[in-house]
Amino acid sequence: MTGRSPLTAPRRPRIRRAGPRPRRLVATGLALVALVLLCAASLYVGSRLVPPTTVSRILIDSLTHLGSGQSSPERARALGVIAQDYSAVVDLRLPRTVIALSAGAALGVAGALMQVLTRNPLAEPGILGVNAGAAFAIVLVIVLLGVSSPVAFVAASLAGAFVATLAVFLIGTLGAGVITPERLTLAGVAIGAVLAGITSAFRLSNPREYSILLSWESGDLSQRGWETALPALPVVLAGLVLALALAGPMNALLLGEDMAASLGANVRRTRFLLVLAITLLAGSATALAGPIVFLGLMAPHVARWIVGPDQTRLLPLAALLSAVIMVLADVIARVVMWPGEVPVGIVSALLGAPVLIVLVRRRRASGL
Amino acid sequence: MSAARTAVTARRTRSVVVCTVLGLITLVLTLIALSRGDFPLTLPELLEALTGRGGFASTIVLEWRLPRALAAVVFGAALALSGAIFQTLTRNPLGSPDVLGFSTGAYTGVLLLTLVAPPAAAGLLGGAATTVGALVGGIGSALIVYLLARRDGVQGFRLIVVGIAMSAMLNAVNVWILLQAQDEVAMAASMWGAGTLSLLDWAGLVPVLILLVVVVPLLILCVPLLRQLELGDDVAAVHGVAVERTRRRILLLAVVLVAAVTALSGPIAFVALSAPQLAKRLVRGTGIPLAASAAMGAVLLSGADLVTQHVLPTALPVGVVTIVLGGLYLVGLLLAPALQALRTGGRYGQDHA
Repeated sequence: MTGRSPLTAPRRPRIRRAGPRPRRLVATGLALVALVLLCAASLYVGSRLVPPTTVSRILIDSLTHLGSGQSSPERARALGVIAQDYSAVVDLRLPRTVIALSAGAALGVAGALMQVLTRNPLAEPGILGVNAGAAFAIVLVIVLLGVSSPVAFVAASLAGAFVATLAVFLIGTLGAGVITPERLTLAGVAIGAVLAGITSAFRLSNPREYSILLSWESGDLSQRGWETALPALPVVLAGLVLALALAGPMNALLLGEDMAASLGANVRRTRFLLVLAITLLAGSATALAGPIVFLGLMAPHVARWIVGPDQTRLLPLAALLSAVIMVLADVIARVVMWPGEVPVGIVSALLGAPVLIVLVRRRRASGL
Repeated sequence: MSAARTAVTARRTRSVVVCTVLGLITLVLTLIALSRGDFPLTLPELLEALTGRGGFASTIVLEWRLPRALAAVVFGAALALSGAIFQTLTRNPLGSPDVLGFSTGAYTGVLLLTLVAPPAAAGLLGGAATTVGALVGGIGSALIVYLLARRDGVQGFRLIVVGIAMSAMLNAVNVWILLQAQDEVAMAASMWGAGTLSLLDWAGLVPVLILLVVVVPLLILCVPLLRQLELGDDVAAVHGVAVERTRRRILLLAVVLVAAVTALSGPIAFVALSAPQLAKRLVRGTGIPLAASAAMGAVLLSGADLVTQHVLPTALPVGVVTIVLGGLYLVGLLLAPALQALRTGGRYGQDHA
């Protein structure tokens, strides 16, 4: 049987259908490698010049003495390096890298979930008022209560994001027999506008807090350390796990409500859990890095162009891609005006927008 | 057949009623704006002042209050009209000039000219610096968005994605410039950046009014073509419309409307997005009604400007108030069917979205 058997011939189309597989693996692999390299760059590059070997020694030392309860100067003395070097790496660069990574991943996934929930490929936490809700709550906390502790920021941001997401969803769906993307989008834009309007009213009538608020809103990571990262990290993780667990039901939901119900998916519960996951992700990302727009729109689209609409594949890649962009933006933000800094929100917009424009020109814009 | 005709007539009647009511509200708001202030006037006094024989009262009304009140009406209508055209052409409420970054672009133009360019450049233009910056920035960014979104014609969705991307980039640039600038300068620039009518006088207003008098009739001439395009590109092409060229012309006119307004008042956000949607829900038609949108825009901006002048304790730019008022109103209209269903306790009402 050396010739091609007629029985095996029909298999060929199946092999061809698996064509995108290498592309998917290559893309994921490249993104992973890029992420590792960028994280390294993020740890080794900064306004303070620390020799790379010293950075490595400090990193190993801080990891091995993680639970020792010693302060940075004590460890620096024990290791025999300059205290400021130790502190720059462990208390500034490490938390920043973690913040950029987790905020990026959270935003990318939040955008993907939002696009499924609203069935609108243009949905994004920034456009649909979720970031505005979180920012509003944080501004309230800064201006009215005069509190600026990171834990209060995280709590306020989560509360604001939850209220905004829920309000958008309820207003967009109540009274409508079927959920139309247009109603949801309008509800989101309207609520986002109201909250952003009040936020900017607060900002403009409080000259003293004006620059603090502006720098927070532009996503400035230079002032954020472990005390910002630690309270938000568990929330990001919870959101990511919830999102991944929802990938299957989301695929069902994408087929339409009736089809999803007949496939045995609990539509109502899935939607509520989606709202919850979006809240956790967008809220914690805003608390971590400020209201970063745009990543949530871009990452899911790019991921969809690479792996297609299957959420089990799309969500991890969206998380990976948007983490890559965020860490890259943070590294560039530190280098481009060295030794000064540019807020990471600005860099991520300037980086992400051209990519999206090129992609949307190259291909037919993808629906869901 | 006759039932269909009745429905069309009813819709037309409704549209006329909505426009009339909105027009009356605008008139009342304008009269209030003209008579209220540090020097309050009664209605007879106001009417006398308007004829120019009221002495000091005439000066106050005609020189100080009228430009601002008129600007609120005209600018609101112009922004809403532009928004209605964009939303019709992109078939999406997000396809509004304010989402697509044209006002952000105008703001970038102004910031570049006033904060970044050497003082000599701004000094050369004098008081016209903001106007020139806004016009160049607004029309320039619209042109870039159009060119980038173009590929075998402009598809609505692609236009919006490119617009949002441009808007994000320009916004990043704006924030960066503001962060570099001194606090006081930045604060003043961002007052303008939120949109304000408080800096207006006749000298600034007249050129824009003349521009609008030219552009609006041209737009009205384009309405039948716009309605053809609304049916879809293919249908319009079959009916003999040169789709791409027509669309380009109408978009250019709509952009000129926004840029002219932004040049004077700063980017007043959200009127262009919300007014057409509000009008559409009030008229209950299928498409976006242009006349009702314009009237709604006039009501929104006049009302918001009244609130900034007389209700709020601190001076805030009118753009901030428009956003809040327009947003709340839109939320209310979106909620209306749900509340109706709750009240009647019956099934959900018909959704007009």
